[in-house]
Amino acid sequence: MSAAAAIPAPRRRERTKGRAFRWLLLSTIVVSGALLVTLLADVAIDGTTSLSWDFLTSAPSFDPRIAGLYPALMGTVWLMGGCVLFIVPVGVATAVYLEEYADARRWWNRLIEINVQNLAAVPSIVYGILGLAFIVRGPLSLGPVVLAGSLTLGLLVLPVVIITAREAIRAVPPSIREGSLALGATQWQTIWRQVLPSSVPGIATGVILALSRAIGETAPLIVIGAAGYVAFAPSGPDSAFTAVPMQIYLWISESRTGFAELAAAGILVLMAVLLLMNGVAIWLRNKYEGKW
Amino acid sequence: MTSSVIAARDVETRETPLEAVFSLDNVQVCYGDVPAVAGVSFELYKNEITAFIGPSGCGKSTLIRCLNRMTDLIPSASISGSLRYHGIDLYGPGVDPVQVRKRIGMVFQKPNPFPKSIYDNVAFGPRVLGMEGDMDEIVERSLRKAALWDEVRDRLRSNAFGMSGGQQQRLCIARALAIEPDVILMDEPASALDPISTAAIEDLMLELVSQYSIVIVTHNMQQAARVSNRTAFFNVDLDGGRRVGRLVEYADTETIFTNPSDPRTKEYVTGKFG
Repeated sequence: MSAAAAIPAPRRRERTKGRAFRWLLLSTIVVSGALLVTLLADVAIDGTTSLSWDFLTSAPSFDPRIAGLYPALMGTVWLMGGCVLFIVPVGVATAVYLEEYADARRWWNRLIEINVQNLAAVPSIVYGILGLAFIVRGPLSLGPVVLAGSLTLGLLVLPVVIITAREAIRAVPPSIREGSLALGATQWQTIWRQVLPSSVPGIATGVILALSRAIGETAPLIVIGAAGYVAFAPSGPDSAFTAVPMQIYLWISESRTGFAELAAAGILVLMAVLLLMNGVAIWLRNKYEGKW
Repeated sequence: MTSSVIAARDVETRETPLEAVFSLDNVQVCYGDVPAVAGVSFELYKNEITAFIGPSGCGKSTLIRCLNRMTDLIPSASISGSLRYHGIDLYGPGVDPVQVRKRIGMVFQKPNPFPKSIYDNVAFGPRVLGMEGDMDEIVERSLRKAALWDEVRDRLRSNAFGMSGGQQQRLCIARALAIEPDVILMDEPASALDPISTAAIEDLMLELVSQYSIVIVTHNMQQAARVSNRTAFFNVDLDGGRRVGRLVEYADTETIFTNPSDPRTKEYVTGKFG
Protein backbone atom coordinates (compact mmCIF):
# COMPACT_ATOMS: atom_id res chain seq x y z
CA MET A 1 0.00 0.00 0.00
CA SER A 2 1.41 3.34 -0.95
CA ALA A 3 1.72 6.13 1.59
CA ALA A 4 -0.79 8.33 -0.20
CA ALA A 5 -3.49 5.69 0.00
CA ALA A 6 -2.97 5.46 3.76
CA ILE A 7 -4.34 8.97 4.19
CA PRO A 8 -8.06 9.00 3.40
CA ALA A 9 -9.46 11.83 1.29
CA PRO A 10 -11.56 14.32 3.29
CA ARG A 11 -15.25 13.70 3.18
CA ARG A 12 -17.18 15.81 0.74
CA ARG A 13 -19.44 17.34 3.39
CA GLU A 14 -16.55 18.34 5.60
CA ARG A 15 -14.84 20.06 2.71
CA THR A 16 -17.96 21.95 1.72
CA LYS A 17 -18.52 23.10 5.28
CA GLY A 18 -14.96 24.32 5.58
CA ARG A 19 -15.21 26.33 2.39
CA ALA A 20 -18.58 27.80 3.29
CA PHE A 21 -17.28 28.99 6.64
CA ARG A 22 -14.28 30.56 5.03
CA TRP A 23 -16.44 32.50 2.56
CA LEU A 24 -18.77 33.60 5.33
CA LEU A 25 -15.87 35.06 7.30
CA LEU A 26 -14.45 36.74 4.23
CA SER A 27 -17.79 38.34 3.40
CA THR A 28 -18.09 39.89 6.86
CA ILE A 29 -14.71 41.54 6.39
CA VAL A 30 -15.74 42.80 2.95
CA VAL A 31 -19.00 44.25 4.27
CA SER A 32 -17.42 46.10 7.18
CA GLY A 33 -14.52 47.27 5.02
CA ALA A 34 -16.88 48.52 2.31
CA LEU A 35 -18.95 50.43 4.85
CA LEU A 36 -15.88 52.20 6.20
CA VAL A 37 -14.58 53.05 2.73
CA THR A 38 -18.00 54.41 1.64
CA LEU A 39 -18.24 56.52 4.76
CA LEU A 40 -14.74 57.92 4.37
CA ALA A 41 -15.22 58.59 0.65
CA ASP A 42 -18.49 60.41 1.34
CA VAL A 43 -16.87 62.57 4.01
CA ALA A 44 -13.82 63.18 1.87
CA ILE A 45 -15.94 64.36 -1.09
CA ASP A 46 -17.82 66.80 1.14
CA GLY A 47 -14.87 67.91 3.20
CA THR A 48 -11.86 68.32 0.96
CA THR A 49 -13.12 71.60 -0.52
CA SER A 50 -13.16 73.22 2.92
CA LEU A 51 -9.90 71.67 4.04
CA SER A 52 -7.07 74.19 3.91
CA TRP A 53 -4.37 75.70 6.07
CA ASP A 54 -6.73 78.59 6.85
CA PHE A 55 -9.31 76.08 8.09
CA LEU A 56 -6.83 74.85 10.67
CA THR A 57 -5.67 78.29 11.78
CA SER A 58 -8.81 80.42 11.96
CA ALA A 59 -11.57 80.71 14.52
CA PRO A 60 -15.13 79.51 13.94
CA SER A 61 -17.42 82.06 12.43
CA PHE A 62 -21.03 82.59 11.45
CA ASP A 63 -19.72 82.86 7.91
CA PRO A 64 -18.88 79.32 6.74
CA ARG A 65 -16.38 80.66 4.17
CA ILE A 66 -13.96 81.93 6.82
CA ALA A 67 -14.81 79.59 9.70
CA GLY A 68 -11.99 77.45 11.04
CA LEU A 69 -11.12 74.80 13.56
CA TYR A 70 -8.24 76.48 15.40
CA PRO A 71 -9.75 76.95 18.91
CA ALA A 72 -11.25 73.46 18.84
CA LEU A 73 -7.98 71.94 17.68
CA MET A 74 -6.06 73.70 20.44
CA GLY A 75 -8.78 72.75 22.91
CA THR A 76 -8.29 69.10 21.98
CA VAL A 77 -4.53 69.45 22.33
CA TRP A 78 -4.97 70.92 25.84
CA LEU A 79 -7.52 68.28 26.79
CA MET A 80 -5.29 65.42 25.68
CA GLY A 81 -2.22 66.94 27.35
CA GLY A 82 -4.05 67.16 30.68
CA CYS A 83 -5.48 63.71 30.13
CA VAL A 84 -2.01 62.18 29.68
CA LEU A 85 -0.69 63.86 32.81
CA PHE A 86 -3.59 62.35 34.72
CA ILE A 87 -3.87 58.84 33.28
CA VAL A 88 -0.20 57.87 33.03
CA PRO A 89 0.74 58.13 36.71
CA VAL A 90 -2.61 56.97 38.06
CA GLY A 91 -3.06 54.19 35.49
CA VAL A 92 0.48 52.84 35.78
CA ALA A 93 0.45 53.00 39.59
CA THR A 94 -2.82 51.08 39.69
CA ALA A 95 -1.50 48.50 37.26
CA VAL A 96 1.70 48.05 39.28
CA TYR A 97 -0.29 47.62 42.46
CA LEU A 98 -2.66 45.07 40.95
CA GLU A 99 0.10 43.07 39.24
CA GLU A 100 2.96 43.24 41.69
CA TYR A 101 1.54 43.87 45.14
CA ALA A 102 -2.12 42.90 45.32
CA ASP A 103 -2.84 39.53 46.85
CA ALA A 104 -5.56 38.11 44.60
CA ARG A 105 -6.86 36.04 47.50
CA ARG A 106 -8.10 39.20 49.25
CA TRP A 107 -11.63 40.13 48.35
CA TRP A 108 -10.95 43.86 48.05
CA ASN A 109 -8.27 43.29 45.45
CA ARG A 110 -10.62 41.10 43.44
CA LEU A 111 -13.29 43.79 43.80
CA ILE A 112 -10.94 46.43 42.39
CA GLU A 113 -10.06 44.13 39.54
CA ILE A 114 -13.68 43.37 38.62
CA ASN A 115 -14.53 47.05 38.85
CA VAL A 116 -11.73 48.07 36.53
CA GLN A 117 -12.94 45.54 33.97
CA ASN A 118 -16.52 46.73 34.27
CA LEU A 119 -15.69 50.43 34.20
CA ALA A 120 -14.09 49.94 30.78
CA ALA A 121 -17.55 49.14 29.44
CA VAL A 122 -19.51 51.99 31.08
CA PRO A 123 -21.07 54.35 28.48
CA SER A 124 -19.19 57.62 28.14
CA ILE A 125 -22.24 59.75 28.96
CA VAL A 126 -22.21 58.29 32.46
CA TYR A 127 -18.69 59.62 32.91
CA GLY A 128 -20.01 62.96 31.66
CA ILE A 129 -22.60 63.00 34.42
CA LEU A 130 -19.96 61.98 36.95
CA GLY A 131 -17.70 64.78 35.71
CA LEU A 132 -20.53 67.29 35.94
CA ALA A 133 -21.50 66.25 39.45
CA PHE A 134 -18.06 65.84 41.01
CA ILE A 135 -15.59 67.84 38.94
CA VAL A 136 -17.45 70.73 37.30
CA ARG A 137 -19.77 71.21 40.26
CA GLY A 138 -19.82 69.46 43.61
CA PRO A 139 -16.66 68.70 45.55
CA LEU A 140 -14.14 70.02 43.03
CA SER A 141 -16.28 72.79 41.47
CA LEU A 142 -13.79 73.55 38.74
CA GLY A 143 -16.40 74.86 36.31
CA PRO A 144 -16.54 73.85 32.65
CA VAL A 145 -12.83 74.38 32.03
CA VAL A 146 -10.01 72.47 30.30
CA LEU A 147 -8.91 70.76 33.52
CA ALA A 148 -12.44 69.49 34.20
CA GLY A 149 -12.61 68.14 30.64
CA SER A 150 -9.21 66.45 30.97
CA LEU A 151 -10.14 64.79 34.24
CA THR A 152 -13.52 63.60 32.95
CA LEU A 153 -12.00 62.12 29.78
CA GLY A 154 -9.16 60.74 31.90
CA LEU A 155 -11.59 58.88 34.15
CA LEU A 156 -13.32 57.58 31.07
CA VAL A 157 -10.20 56.00 29.57
CA LEU A 158 -8.39 55.12 32.80
CA PRO A 159 -9.66 51.51 32.78
CA VAL A 160 -8.21 51.03 29.29
CA VAL A 161 -4.84 52.32 30.47
CA ILE A 162 -4.90 50.13 33.57
CA ILE A 163 -5.81 47.01 31.61
CA THR A 164 -3.16 47.51 28.92
CA ALA A 165 -0.51 48.51 31.46
CA ARG A 166 -1.26 45.36 33.45
CA GLU A 167 -0.85 43.27 30.33
CA ALA A 168 2.46 44.97 29.59
CA ILE A 169 3.68 44.36 33.15
CA ARG A 170 2.51 40.76 33.06
CA ALA A 171 4.40 40.25 29.80
CA VAL A 172 7.70 40.83 31.62
CA PRO A 173 8.80 37.26 32.37
CA PRO A 174 8.95 36.21 36.04
CA SER A 175 12.55 35.14 35.43
CA ILE A 176 13.52 38.82 35.16
CA ARG A 177 11.97 39.56 38.56
CA GLU A 178 13.61 36.47 40.06
CA GLY A 179 16.97 37.45 38.60
CA SER A 180 16.70 40.90 40.07
CA LEU A 181 15.47 39.79 43.51
CA ALA A 182 18.16 37.10 43.67
CA LEU A 183 20.75 39.88 43.40
CA GLY A 184 19.46 41.46 46.57
CA ALA A 185 17.28 44.09 44.88
CA THR A 186 14.17 45.10 46.80
CA GLN A 187 10.75 44.63 45.28
CA TRP A 188 10.53 48.34 44.54
CA GLN A 189 13.99 48.38 42.90
CA THR A 190 12.95 45.40 40.81
CA ILE A 191 9.77 47.12 39.65
CA TRP A 192 11.36 50.50 39.03
CA ARG A 193 14.56 49.33 37.35
CA GLN A 194 13.51 46.13 35.58
CA VAL A 195 9.77 45.67 35.21
CA LEU A 196 8.70 49.20 34.30
CA PRO A 197 11.48 49.94 31.79
CA SER A 198 10.68 46.64 30.06
CA SER A 199 6.98 47.41 29.89
CA VAL A 200 7.23 51.02 28.66
CA PRO A 201 6.42 50.15 25.01
CA GLY A 202 3.31 48.25 26.04
CA ILE A 203 2.20 50.99 28.41
CA ALA A 204 2.83 53.66 25.76
CA THR A 205 0.73 51.70 23.27
CA GLY A 206 -2.09 51.49 25.80
CA VAL A 207 -1.92 55.22 26.55
CA ILE A 208 -2.06 56.10 22.87
CA LEU A 209 -5.03 53.81 22.29
CA ALA A 210 -6.74 55.32 25.34
CA LEU A 211 -6.16 58.83 24.01
CA SER A 212 -7.49 57.87 20.62
CA ARG A 213 -10.70 56.90 22.35
CA ALA A 214 -10.77 60.10 24.42
CA ILE A 215 -10.08 62.36 21.46
CA GLY A 216 -13.30 61.42 19.70
CA GLU A 217 -15.59 61.64 22.72
CA THR A 218 -18.34 64.22 22.47
CA ALA A 219 -21.07 63.15 24.84
CA PRO A 220 -19.22 63.70 28.14
CA LEU A 221 -17.99 67.09 26.95
CA ILE A 222 -21.53 68.17 26.13
CA VAL A 223 -22.71 67.02 29.54
CA ILE A 224 -20.00 68.81 31.48
CA GLY A 225 -20.85 71.96 29.51
CA ALA A 226 -17.93 72.54 27.18
CA ALA A 227 -18.53 75.82 25.41
CA GLY A 228 -20.26 75.72 22.04
CA TYR A 229 -18.63 78.75 20.55
CA VAL A 230 -15.10 79.68 21.56
CA ALA A 231 -13.18 82.17 19.46
CA PHE A 232 -9.80 81.70 21.11
CA ALA A 233 -7.54 78.81 21.95
CA PRO A 234 -7.41 77.96 25.67
CA SER A 235 -4.79 79.94 27.56
CA GLY A 236 -4.44 77.50 30.45
CA PRO A 237 -6.05 74.62 32.30
CA ASP A 238 -8.60 77.03 33.79
CA SER A 239 -9.94 78.51 30.55
CA ALA A 240 -13.12 77.68 28.71
CA PHE A 241 -12.64 75.32 25.80
CA THR A 242 -14.18 73.47 22.96
CA ALA A 243 -12.86 70.38 21.22
CA VAL A 244 -12.79 69.05 17.65
CA PRO A 245 -15.67 66.57 18.04
CA MET A 246 -17.73 69.29 19.81
CA GLN A 247 -17.12 71.66 16.92
CA ILE A 248 -18.06 68.98 14.40
CA TYR A 249 -21.24 68.32 16.32
CA LEU A 250 -22.14 72.02 16.31
CA TRP A 251 -21.45 72.39 12.61
CA ILE A 252 -23.56 69.39 11.80
CA SER A 253 -26.44 70.82 13.85
CA GLU A 254 -26.21 74.04 11.81
CA SER A 255 -28.98 74.10 9.18
CA ARG A 256 -27.54 76.80 6.95
CA THR A 257 -25.60 75.82 3.86
CA GLY A 258 -21.83 75.55 3.97
CA PHE A 259 -21.56 74.14 7.48
CA ALA A 260 -22.02 70.50 6.52
CA GLU A 261 -18.82 70.78 4.48
CA LEU A 262 -17.02 72.29 7.46
CA ALA A 263 -18.16 69.38 9.61
CA ALA A 264 -16.86 66.94 6.99
CA ALA A 265 -13.52 68.74 6.92
CA GLY A 266 -13.40 68.57 10.71
CA ILE A 267 -14.06 64.85 10.57
CA LEU A 268 -11.20 64.44 8.11
CA VAL A 269 -8.85 66.24 10.49
CA LEU A 270 -9.98 64.10 13.41
CA MET A 271 -9.63 60.91 11.35
CA ALA A 272 -6.13 61.90 10.27
CA VAL A 273 -5.06 62.47 13.88
CA LEU A 274 -6.65 59.18 14.93
CA LEU A 275 -4.99 57.19 12.17
CA LEU A 276 -1.68 58.76 13.05
CA MET A 277 -2.05 57.85 16.73
CA ASN A 278 -3.08 54.28 15.98
CA GLY A 279 -0.23 54.01 13.52
CA VAL A 280 2.25 55.02 16.20
CA ALA A 281 0.69 52.51 18.60
CA ILE A 282 0.96 49.67 16.07
CA TRP A 283 4.51 50.66 15.22
CA LEU A 284 5.48 50.66 18.90
CA ARG A 285 3.88 47.29 19.45
CA ASN A 286 5.54 45.67 16.44
CA LYS A 287 8.90 47.18 17.21
CA TYR A 288 9.08 45.72 20.72
CA GLU A 289 6.86 42.67 20.63
CA GLY A 290 8.36 39.22 21.10
CA LYS A 291 11.42 40.56 22.85
CA TRP A 292 11.47 37.49 25.08
CA MET B 1 9.51 8.03 58.21
CA THR B 2 11.51 6.02 55.77
CA SER B 3 14.46 8.28 55.21
CA SER B 4 17.23 8.47 57.69
CA VAL B 5 19.88 11.08 57.92
CA ILE B 6 23.22 9.75 57.04
CA ALA B 7 26.05 11.76 58.45
CA ALA B 8 28.41 13.01 55.82
CA ARG B 9 31.60 11.03 55.73
CA ASP B 10 34.75 12.92 55.14
CA VAL B 11 36.04 12.82 51.60
CA GLU B 12 39.64 12.90 52.70
CA THR B 13 41.51 13.82 55.77
CA ARG B 14 41.38 17.56 56.04
CA GLU B 15 43.72 19.95 57.73
CA THR B 16 40.89 22.16 58.90
CA PRO B 17 37.59 20.91 60.22
CA LEU B 18 34.61 21.36 57.96
CA GLU B 19 32.73 24.58 58.46
CA ALA B 20 28.99 24.33 57.94
CA VAL B 21 27.42 27.05 55.79
CA PHE B 22 23.90 25.72 56.03
CA SER B 23 22.54 23.53 58.81
CA LEU B 24 19.11 22.10 58.16
CA ASP B 25 17.16 20.31 60.82
CA ASN B 26 13.90 18.60 59.95
CA VAL B 27 13.07 21.14 57.25
CA GLN B 28 9.71 20.83 55.58
CA VAL B 29 8.36 22.99 52.77
CA CYS B 30 4.65 23.05 51.98
CA TYR B 31 2.70 24.58 49.15
CA GLY B 32 -0.60 25.34 50.83
CA ASP B 33 -1.26 22.23 52.92
CA VAL B 34 0.68 19.92 50.63
CA PRO B 35 4.24 19.16 51.69
CA ALA B 36 6.68 19.21 48.77
CA VAL B 37 9.71 18.08 50.70
CA ALA B 38 9.90 17.01 54.32
CA GLY B 39 12.19 15.83 57.06
CA VAL B 40 15.42 17.17 55.61
CA SER B 41 18.34 17.38 58.01
CA PHE B 42 21.90 17.88 56.86
CA GLU B 43 24.80 20.30 56.76
CA LEU B 44 26.29 21.93 53.67
CA TYR B 45 29.93 22.88 53.96
CA LYS B 46 32.03 25.87 53.10
CA ASN B 47 34.13 25.85 49.90
CA GLU B 48 32.48 22.73 48.67
CA ILE B 49 30.19 21.96 45.80
CA THR B 50 27.13 20.13 47.05
CA ALA B 51 24.91 18.51 44.45
CA PHE B 52 21.21 17.77 44.89
CA ILE B 53 20.08 14.91 42.69
CA GLY B 54 16.88 12.95 42.42
CA PRO B 55 13.87 12.32 40.20
CA SER B 56 11.42 15.04 39.18
CA GLY B 57 9.13 16.15 41.98
CA CYS B 58 11.52 15.15 44.75
CA GLY B 59 11.68 18.70 46.05
CA LYS B 60 15.30 19.47 45.30
CA SER B 61 14.52 22.72 43.44
CA THR B 62 12.07 23.70 46.18
CA LEU B 63 14.73 23.09 48.79
CA ILE B 64 17.47 25.07 47.02
CA ARG B 65 15.09 28.01 46.71
CA CYS B 66 14.56 27.99 50.46
CA LEU B 67 18.25 28.57 50.98
CA ASN B 68 18.04 32.19 49.80
CA ARG B 69 14.38 32.71 50.58
CA MET B 70 13.26 32.76 46.95
CA THR B 71 10.35 30.63 48.18
CA ASP B 72 9.05 33.83 49.82
CA LEU B 73 7.91 34.84 46.33
CA ILE B 74 5.35 32.05 46.31
CA PRO B 75 2.59 33.20 48.66
CA SER B 76 1.36 29.68 49.40
CA ALA B 77 4.78 28.31 50.36
CA SER B 78 5.58 27.82 54.02
CA ILE B 79 8.65 26.42 55.74
CA SER B 80 9.02 24.67 59.06
CA GLY B 81 12.00 23.21 60.84
CA SER B 82 15.30 24.94 61.39
CA LEU B 83 17.36 26.34 58.54
CA ARG B 84 20.53 28.03 59.75
CA TYR B 85 23.06 29.93 57.71
CA HIS B 86 26.36 30.31 59.60
CA GLY B 87 24.35 29.67 62.73
CA ILE B 88 21.73 32.35 62.03
CA ASP B 89 18.12 31.24 61.61
CA LEU B 90 17.36 32.23 58.01
CA TYR B 91 13.64 32.41 58.74
CA GLY B 92 13.98 34.02 62.12
CA PRO B 93 12.18 37.24 62.98
CA GLY B 94 14.04 40.32 61.80
CA VAL B 95 15.81 38.51 58.98
CA ASP B 96 15.17 40.45 55.78
CA PRO B 97 15.05 38.24 52.67
CA VAL B 98 16.66 41.04 50.67
CA GLN B 99 19.69 40.95 52.99
CA VAL B 100 19.79 37.15 52.74
CA ARG B 101 19.94 37.29 48.94
CA LYS B 102 22.86 39.73 49.05
CA ARG B 103 24.93 37.00 50.67
CA ILE B 104 23.47 34.00 48.88
CA GLY B 105 23.35 34.44 45.12
CA MET B 106 21.40 32.33 42.68
CA VAL B 107 21.75 31.18 39.09
CA PHE B 108 18.62 29.82 37.44
CA GLN B 109 17.86 26.97 35.10
CA LYS B 110 17.22 29.13 32.07
CA PRO B 111 19.69 31.98 31.53
CA ASN B 112 17.78 35.12 32.48
CA PRO B 113 19.88 38.12 31.50
CA PHE B 114 18.16 41.48 31.85
CA PRO B 115 17.22 43.20 28.58
CA LYS B 116 20.17 45.54 29.02
CA SER B 117 23.79 45.76 27.97
CA ILE B 118 26.32 43.20 29.21
CA TYR B 119 27.87 45.90 31.37
CA ASP B 120 24.56 46.95 32.91
CA ASN B 121 23.66 43.34 33.63
CA VAL B 122 26.75 42.92 35.78
CA ALA B 123 26.51 46.40 37.28
CA PHE B 124 22.85 46.01 38.24
CA GLY B 125 23.48 44.22 41.54
CA PRO B 126 26.27 46.52 42.76
CA ARG B 127 24.17 49.54 41.77
CA VAL B 128 21.02 48.53 43.63
CA LEU B 129 23.09 47.57 46.66
CA GLY B 130 24.93 50.89 46.49
CA MET B 131 28.32 49.18 46.48
CA GLU B 132 31.35 51.44 46.72
CA GLY B 133 34.18 51.33 44.25
CA ASP B 134 34.93 51.74 40.59
CA MET B 135 32.07 50.15 38.65
CA ASP B 136 34.27 49.43 35.60
CA GLU B 137 36.59 47.51 37.86
CA ILE B 138 33.78 45.56 39.53
CA VAL B 139 32.35 44.62 36.12
CA GLU B 140 35.73 43.53 34.76
CA ARG B 141 36.58 41.51 37.86
CA SER B 142 33.22 39.74 37.84
CA LEU B 143 33.42 38.94 34.13
CA ARG B 144 36.97 37.63 34.56
CA LYS B 145 35.88 35.38 37.41
CA ALA B 146 33.11 34.02 35.21
CA ALA B 147 35.64 33.38 32.42
CA LEU B 148 33.71 35.67 30.13
CA TRP B 149 35.87 38.78 30.00
CA ASP B 150 37.95 37.86 26.96
CA GLU B 151 34.85 37.05 24.94
CA VAL B 152 32.95 40.23 25.71
CA ARG B 153 35.51 42.93 26.53
CA ASP B 154 34.94 44.61 23.15
CA ARG B 155 31.17 44.59 23.35
CA LEU B 156 30.30 45.44 26.91
CA ARG B 157 27.73 47.96 25.69
CA SER B 158 25.86 45.58 23.41
CA ASN B 159 22.69 43.86 24.49
CA ALA B 160 23.05 40.68 26.51
CA PHE B 161 20.39 39.01 24.36
CA GLY B 162 22.90 38.88 21.51
CA MET B 163 25.05 36.35 23.39
CA SER B 164 24.87 32.58 23.07
CA GLY B 165 22.98 30.60 25.71
CA GLY B 166 26.21 29.47 27.38
CA GLN B 167 27.56 33.00 27.45
CA GLN B 168 24.28 34.26 28.86
CA GLN B 169 24.49 31.74 31.68
CA ARG B 170 28.07 32.73 32.45
CA LEU B 171 26.89 36.35 32.41
CA CYS B 172 24.28 35.41 35.00
CA ILE B 173 27.06 33.86 37.08
CA ALA B 174 29.17 37.01 36.66
CA ARG B 175 26.16 39.05 37.71
CA ALA B 176 25.79 36.94 40.83
CA LEU B 177 29.52 37.23 41.61
CA ALA B 178 29.47 41.02 41.25
CA ILE B 179 27.69 41.45 44.58
CA GLU B 180 30.42 39.40 46.28
CA PRO B 181 28.24 36.68 47.75
CA ASP B 182 29.26 33.96 50.12
CA VAL B 183 27.23 31.17 48.55
CA ILE B 184 26.09 30.57 44.98
CA LEU B 185 23.00 28.45 44.45
CA MET B 186 22.62 26.95 41.00
CA ASP B 187 19.31 25.46 39.97
CA GLU B 188 20.08 23.18 37.03
CA PRO B 189 22.42 25.79 35.57
CA ALA B 190 23.41 23.77 32.51
CA SER B 191 20.20 21.98 31.62
CA ALA B 192 19.40 24.43 28.82
CA LEU B 193 22.93 24.41 27.41
CA ASP B 194 24.88 22.42 24.86
CA PRO B 195 27.70 20.07 26.01
CA ILE B 196 30.51 22.56 25.33
CA SER B 197 28.80 25.35 27.27
CA THR B 198 28.02 22.85 29.99
CA ALA B 199 31.68 21.92 30.26
CA ALA B 200 32.56 25.62 30.49
CA ILE B 201 30.10 26.09 33.36
CA GLU B 202 31.46 23.03 35.14
CA ASP B 203 35.05 24.20 34.80
CA LEU B 204 33.95 27.53 36.14
CA MET B 205 32.33 25.96 39.18
CA LEU B 206 35.50 24.04 39.96
CA GLU B 207 37.45 27.30 39.80
CA LEU B 208 34.99 29.25 41.93
CA VAL B 209 34.72 26.71 44.71
CA SER B 210 37.95 27.88 46.29
CA GLN B 211 36.30 31.21 47.06
CA TYR B 212 32.63 30.36 47.33
CA SER B 213 30.37 27.63 48.59
CA ILE B 214 28.25 26.22 45.80
CA VAL B 215 25.01 24.28 45.85
CA ILE B 216 23.82 22.82 42.57
CA VAL B 217 20.62 21.07 41.62
CA THR B 218 21.10 18.82 38.64
CA HIS B 219 19.28 16.15 36.67
CA ASN B 220 22.54 15.12 35.12
CA MET B 221 24.21 12.51 37.32
CA GLN B 222 27.47 12.66 35.41
CA GLN B 223 27.55 16.35 36.16
CA ALA B 224 27.05 15.74 39.86
CA ALA B 225 29.78 13.09 39.76
CA ARG B 226 32.16 15.37 37.85
CA VAL B 227 31.90 18.54 39.89
CA SER B 228 30.54 17.96 43.36
CA ASN B 229 32.31 17.12 46.59
CA ARG B 230 29.17 15.91 48.25
CA THR B 231 25.90 14.66 46.90
CA ALA B 232 22.44 14.56 48.40
CA PHE B 233 20.01 12.11 46.85
CA PHE B 234 16.32 12.94 47.17
CA ASN B 235 13.46 10.67 46.31
CA VAL B 236 9.70 10.88 46.08
CA ASP B 237 7.90 9.01 48.82
CA LEU B 238 4.29 8.04 48.73
CA ASP B 239 3.18 9.29 52.10
CA GLY B 240 -0.44 8.37 52.72
CA GLY B 241 -1.21 8.74 49.02
CA ARG B 242 0.65 12.03 48.76
CA ARG B 243 3.94 12.45 46.98
CA VAL B 244 6.54 13.98 49.28
CA GLY B 245 10.20 14.56 48.57
CA ARG B 246 12.64 13.19 51.12
CA LEU B 247 16.38 13.14 51.58
CA VAL B 248 17.44 9.53 51.16
CA GLU B 249 21.17 9.68 51.37
CA TYR B 250 23.83 12.33 51.78
CA ALA B 251 27.49 11.53 51.53
CA ASP B 252 30.62 12.42 49.66
CA THR B 253 30.06 12.11 45.94
CA GLU B 254 32.32 9.14 45.43
CA THR B 255 30.46 7.09 48.00
CA ILE B 256 27.08 8.00 46.53
CA PHE B 257 28.14 6.91 43.07
CA THR B 258 30.25 3.88 43.90
CA ASN B 259 29.08 2.50 47.19
CA PRO B 260 25.72 3.94 48.24
CA SER B 261 24.24 2.53 51.40
CA ASP B 262 20.60 2.84 50.37
CA PRO B 263 19.29 0.55 47.62
CA ARG B 264 17.16 3.40 46.19
CA THR B 265 20.25 5.54 45.73
CA LYS B 266 21.94 2.68 43.97
CA GLU B 267 19.02 2.17 41.65
CA TYR B 268 18.90 5.85 40.79
CA VAL B 269 22.60 6.41 40.18
CA THR B 270 22.87 3.27 38.11
CA GLY B 271 20.02 4.48 35.95
CA LYS B 272 17.38 1.94 36.94
CA PHE B 273 14.78 4.65 37.37
CA GLY B 274 14.29 8.41 37.36
